[in-house]
Amino acid sequence: MKALYDFSYLTSAIHEWLSSFLSPNGVLITEMILVGIAFMLFFAVLGLVLVYAERKVSAFFQQRLGPMRVGKWGTAQTIADVIKLLMKEPVINREADRFLFNLAPYIIMIAAFMAMAALPFAKGLQALDFDIGILYVAAVSSLGVIGILLAGWSSNNKYSLIGAMRAGAQIISYELSVALSLLTIVVLTGSLQLSVIVESQADGWWIFKGHIPAMIAFLIFLIASTAETNRGPFDLAEAESELTAGFHTEYSGMKFAFFFLAEFANMFIVSAIGATVFLGGWMPLHIGNWQGFNAIMDYIPPIFWFFGKVSFMIFLMMWFRWTFPRLRIDQLLTLEWKYLLPINLVNILVMAFIGLVGWHF
Amino acid sequence: MKSVVNYFKEIYFGLRSLITGLRVTGHYITHPKEIITQQYPENRDTLKMFERFRGEVVLIHDEKNEHRCTGCSACEVACPNGTIEIIHKKVDVDGRKVKALDKFVYHLQMCTMCGLCIPACPTDAIKMANTFEHAVFDRSKLTKILNKPGSKIMDGIK
Repeated sequence: MKALYDFSYLTSAIHEWLSSFLSPNGVLITEMILVGIAFMLFFAVLGLVLVYAERKVSAFFQQRLGPMRVGKWGTAQTIADVIKLLMKEPVINREADRFLFNLAPYIIMIAAFMAMAALPFAKGLQALDFDIGILYVAAVSSLGVIGILLAGWSSNNKYSLIGAMRAGAQIISYELSVALSLLTIVVLTGSLQLSVIVESQADGWWIFKGHIPAMIAFLIFLIASTAETNRGPFDLAEAESELTAGFHTEYSGMKFAFFFLAEFANMFIVSAIGATVFLGGWMPLHIGNWQGFNAIMDYIPPIFWFFGKVSFMIFLMMWFRWTFPRLRIDQLLTLEWKYLLPINLVNILVMAFIGLVGWHF
Repeated sequence: MKSVVNYFKEIYFGLRSLITGLRVTGHYITHPKEIITQQYPENRDTLKMFERFRGEVVLIHDEKNEHRCTGCSACEVACPNGTIEIIHKKVDVDGRKVKALDKFVYHLQMCTMCGLCIPACPTDAIKMANTFEHAVFDRSKLTKILNKPGSKIMDGIK
């Protein structure tokens, strides 16, 4: 029971058990493999759950029921989809660059894995705790665009190429806003390390402690991260109505599933980053010195807090996706360069002033 | 100065329109009772079809097995697909030979449910029914004779 509140008991127990019969190098390798397997399993479960959630939520937003036939309330629908995708023929068109074509989905998946590794899921449950955590995540999550560009280029399909180029322009533009809105909070935390950022929110989440600038930064982060994952109103890269499916038009079977999974994994990653930086990560809802209230909130294990906040962020992103119409490419770039970026720069200045004077809580 | 004001005005109106949109979808997701999807085979017993749904053409018969069709062929002329075929017979009325309806043949497989035959009928003898389970295993079953056996025209309809 104690392990549910602090996962370091569990991880150190595993570490000691492995150390009892393996050399230090052997322990390191075994632990790496274990963490890798854990992340792979987590990815698989994440894909299944998020695809189902997306279909259900989108259905309810459009006054439909969504999948209802496979299993109770359609819960087994995604498992059926996976089986279908596994049995599909992997088609590669004749003029495609076969090597790059096969490489692209793996690059996207590797980028998602690397970003996922740095997330603090709960107290003591974090695979990599760099002291430049946010920088690392921001850098690695934008590696995925290489996979998208490769996929579009190697498909030998003009729609794929247009989609990939749009995705490139979009991700490179919005990367700025994501990083700057995160920096607005880093001004207050004074550290880029994700675990330190979470610990610094023990007396209240930054979105409350940072007043209006933190809320503006949160809004900008929401918009920019939705754009960075190629979702919602910013899905020009896929734009079903114009480009059939964009960069993954020519993919089928499991390789298509990888793109699909990577999209949902990226959505989870940006939601988790947003939840960690703005909403306190796994830190329960604490209000200043209200000891009684804080103690009650501490009864809910941190892992539930983390996944609750991430679900909230994911729900917001789904809400955007199923409400807003798609932007045109010029509107997309206008939004970033004319609105989000200047507001962000002014916002970070205001936040620095507030931090300097000490007006935040 | 004006452009600066416009800049913030645009942001304000942009955000306001976004919130308007979010409120619409937010209303939908918080009111699951308004879902319009029908789960058809399961709710077959309780399903009520809409009044204006056009499923097939029927010839109205009353309880005395009488219809109002004079066999004038107006519906046959109005039909764009040749769905309706009126076969006539000659009947004796007061010693005169008069054209009357023998068979009202309706080819359901050719009907597009456009409903043009309904207003064409001068005596309001036909209507669109809202039935919809028309699947059969043999195509010949789709060709229907709408006037019931032994039925005759109502008195006073000309």
